[in-house]
Amino acid sequence: MKMSDSISSDEVKHVANLARLRLTSEELEIFTEQLGAVLDHAKDVEALKLDDVEPMSHPLPIENTMREDIPSPMLKPSDFLSEAPVVEGGRFLVPKILGEES
Amino acid sequence: MNQVIFKDNWELIVGLEVHVELATQTKLFCGCLNQFGNEPNTNVCPVCLGLPGSLPVVNQKAVYFAMRLGRALHCSVNRSVFARKNYFYPDMPKDYQITQYDLPTNLEGYLELPSGKTIGIERAHIEEDTGKTTHIGTSGRISGADYSLVDYNRAGIPLIEIVSKPEIRTIEQAKSYVSELRSIILALEISDAKMEEGSIRVDANVSVREVGENNLRTRCEIKNVNSLKSLGRAINYEANRHISLYGNGESPRQETRHWDESAGRTRTGRSKEDAEDYRYFTEPDLVPLNPSEETITKIDQEMPELPSKRRKDLANLTGAKSSDVALLVERNHDAFIFDVIEGGGVPEQVVKHMVNNLSAGLGELSTEAFAQLTQMENKSEITSTQAKKILGELVKSGGTPAELATELGFEAIGTKEIENLVDQLINDHSDEWERFCLGDSKVQGFFVGQVMKSTSGQADGKVINQILNERSIDNK
Amino acid sequence: MSGMVPEQYQSASEIAELVATGEVSAIEILERYLNQIQEYEKDVHAFNLVTINEARAVAQETDKLIARGVTIGPLAGVPVAIKDNLCTKGITTTASSKILESWKPPYDATVVKKLKEAGATIVGKTNLDEFAMGSSTENSAFGPTRNPHDISCVPGGSSGGSAAAVAAGFVPIAIGSDTGGSIRQPAALCGVVGVKPTYGGVSRYGLLAFASSLDQVGPFATSVKDAAIVHEVIGGYDPLDSTSIKQAPESFLDMFDKGINELKVGVISELMGGIDGVTHEVIEQTNKAVSALSNAGAIVEEVSLPAALYCLSAYYLIAPAEASSNLSRYDGVRYGLRVEGANLNEMNVNTRTEGFGDEVKRRIMLGTYALSAGYYDAYYGKALKVRRLLAENFADLYKDYDVLLSPTSPCTAFKLGAKVNDPMMMYVNDVCTIPSNLVGHPAISIPFGSGKDGMPIGVQILAPPMKEPVMYQVAHALEKASQ
Ligand SMILES: [Zn+2]
Repeated sequence: MKMSDSISSDEVKHVANLARLRLTSEELEIFTEQLGAVLDHAKDVEALKLDDVEPMSHPLPIENTMREDIPSPMLKPSDFLSEAPVVEGGRFLVPKILGEES
Repeated sequence: MNQVIFKDNWELIVGLEVHVELATQTKLFCGCLNQFGNEPNTNVCPVCLGLPGSLPVVNQKAVYFAMRLGRALHCSVNRSVFARKNYFYPDMPKDYQITQYDLPTNLEGYLELPSGKTIGIERAHIEEDTGKTTHIGTSGRISGADYSLVDYNRAGIPLIEIVSKPEIRTIEQAKSYVSELRSIILALEISDAKMEEGSIRVDANVSVREVGENNLRTRCEIKNVNSLKSLGRAINYEANRHISLYGNGESPRQETRHWDESAGRTRTGRSKEDAEDYRYFTEPDLVPLNPSEETITKIDQEMPELPSKRRKDLANLTGAKSSDVALLVERNHDAFIFDVIEGGGVPEQVVKHMVNNLSAGLGELSTEAFAQLTQMENKSEITSTQAKKILGELVKSGGTPAELATELGFEAIGTKEIENLVDQLINDHSDEWERFCLGDSKVQGFFVGQVMKSTSGQADGKVINQILNERSIDNK
Repeated sequence: MSGMVPEQYQSASEIAELVATGEVSAIEILERYLNQIQEYEKDVHAFNLVTINEARAVAQETDKLIARGVTIGPLAGVPVAIKDNLCTKGITTTASSKILESWKPPYDATVVKKLKEAGATIVGKTNLDEFAMGSSTENSAFGPTRNPHDISCVPGGSSGGSAAAVAAGFVPIAIGSDTGGSIRQPAALCGVVGVKPTYGGVSRYGLLAFASSLDQVGPFATSVKDAAIVHEVIGGYDPLDSTSIKQAPESFLDMFDKGINELKVGVISELMGGIDGVTHEVIEQTNKAVSALSNAGAIVEEVSLPAALYCLSAYYLIAPAEASSNLSRYDGVRYGLRVEGANLNEMNVNTRTEGFGDEVKRRIMLGTYALSAGYYDAYYGKALKVRRLLAENFADLYKDYDVLLSPTSPCTAFKLGAKVNDPMMMYVNDVCTIPSNLVGHPAISIPFGSGKDGMPIGVQILAPPMKEPVMYQVAHALEKASQ
């Protein structure tokens, strides 16, 4: 199979890491190839000279949509804590957090 | 405490990032209550819990507050765009934070310290607060925790982050910057600005360089500083850490560090090999904010008088020294002082009492009574000790100084009476008098003390001195 | 296989009228559709969940109200299926993902709320490609949906469940979401009408986000008129969606029967063979639609949309970029799946690795890469500029044309499994529909004949933002011509 030079398997590993995903070595190989194919296709866009073009993040030019500072109904803890994987004393429990301090 | 830096020819460079929780009624992107101290996870809704499908809508009041602060800091208020800052952390319900990145609301301003120095403001942008993570385990610290618990009541509370330029050069300036910013915020009524409760949070970017150097060296960001005192200690510790690293031929590494108050040191923070790539991009669920000229003009018109202007006005009126002026403005006593002086109060006396004797509050004290009191004191109808006592009574229960003086038996001892006493003393102590006339100032205290003793302290020290001087000139 | 696709569909407007006047009860209507579901759902697998009991309760309530003389809305007693990426309070909402397998939202999406208020009977949640990422509904964690016209074929996607449900006569109306063609392409492949409204025309509140700046909720129906009626019900300003348009839309039905004499229609040449991948038979059938419109009095001309050449690339950078961020929240902390680990990071990784399917992972990684420092300008930044070029192209064309026309899908429904191993081949299915999403314009797909395999072909009418009335006007004329 042809391998793209648009993205390396190390870069795929890096983005998987950033996205909190783990890949088997087999998956890494397949994903690298597939992402490479998409990025190869995107080379047409990458090659465009568009220095004077304003990027467009929003499809429509709406501005200044805001709400007034008025309270609205809140959820009862029972509405959502029952959906939580692990709860203790009304709070969401997470396993210990590593790498914060030395 | 920080002399090492200067002795060894090192210059301190500090930039501060100050987060301020805004005192809106509701959160930044939803109608949940912006309240402190409720039961965990009771001030939440689909939006601030980050439930799938929920969408943010910006709180107009928060934007107004942000622009108000921006204008008070002399910033330009711009068309702004919200952005997502992506990183995984359980206190962020969406695993991204909505903030402003390349197009913040406020840009390029400055803050004037009471000393007169100005510190540049790079930006002041709007963002959402995170939830609160409590670490459970024997140590109570995150590193020793067995697990953590998350409460999202704080998630989504509106914050403004004010980023200074790295123009702060001393610890005093750093502290002064924060307290000045705090008084501006209080004057604007946009936050309760309590550092201990976390409604103002300060991160310090600290680096050092040799005097004369132009480039900035590697900086470290110090977090978890909870008071002005720890801010000073943290900067001092960190600067010295850098200096000793350089002294050993090493360099600090750019990183986030946490201030450990009890250990009196900073510690290296999260080692984020990954997290440095926040993948900012425009928040597609929100639209740009584009305040009109009229909106900005209106904000300027509604601007209250700010501490720097008030300090200038007070200094012009009273001639008081800058530290006193700063103190009085901080206590919000300047308007009262203006009224007192307008009502005939003697500036010098007014300032003296305001600074020394009225720190606990003005109580029942009226401007008229205070003005009269300073006049009486100025005319030596009462002594300063008596004035202080009368002032105490005025604060406690009001009244007029003249009546109180009579009531307390503070009929001032007349100048004539004091002259007689002084002349008597000169006769009785001719040796001492000779020494006084030869310029031995030590015996001056003896004469004043004697007069005070025989009048039970009711004589005015100023008058005694005046008479002594007159007599000594006569003697020559 | 006769019966799986009914000979004739009963329109939603007719049902609502019959129910509102008391001629037929809502429960009777419901049971008829439930029977069809009972009969064929095992072959089609359009639904993740059929809420029989809730639906019966609602229908009975509707009948009670009508008996009492209460006026019900325009969808009185109309059974409606909801794509399973729209929140339904207390009813499992999965996005066809293992990561949300049993999640019950504590709130209704605005669209769902509006449907309920209009008197609709919600009968269930339809299957989709996981988190709406796909063009065949094969990327569902709960198995694929099949095309009722030929169950060896895909229904298209990502709203394949909704399209198939309408095509199979399980419901007269279904709701889908369209990020790059996810309503129109399955509508075309299943031979029904599908609409992507103007961005901001229908609230996204309660829609599980895929790509926020592209997602729009819209209807599936068996007629253009039904689609317009439902669109009016679900549309309008929503203060809970900041990107919602405040200005009230014009009535979609006012111009409906006015004919199309003198209306100017531009046929996008790039999508009629200019770009590889659009099959000959689809082009041929689209040309027949062009003639039909021309015969009905419209002025039809070939036009060029040059930026269309770059849309696929731009879309497959922008959509994954937004998705990578939108899907971060599925971390095992607050709701949904959690796979434990020794520490927080491990738990996050275990949960997401096990909870997401391959296509979702692919797009998350692609988007993460596109937004990364060092690549942002080359990929994501460029894609946003292409979007601007495209908008300018469209604006130029709409100076001269009322609507534009193109095929909806480059090909008819393909066999299950035919494209699953080649993402790029799958992505090309969206080539005709993506442009409307990138610029936020409305577009509709109308069934127009079939290919030599007998599978339906759809034609797409594109209109400027907020110009749905003229879009429906032309679509209706085309619908009449196809009958
Ligand atoms: Zn909330």
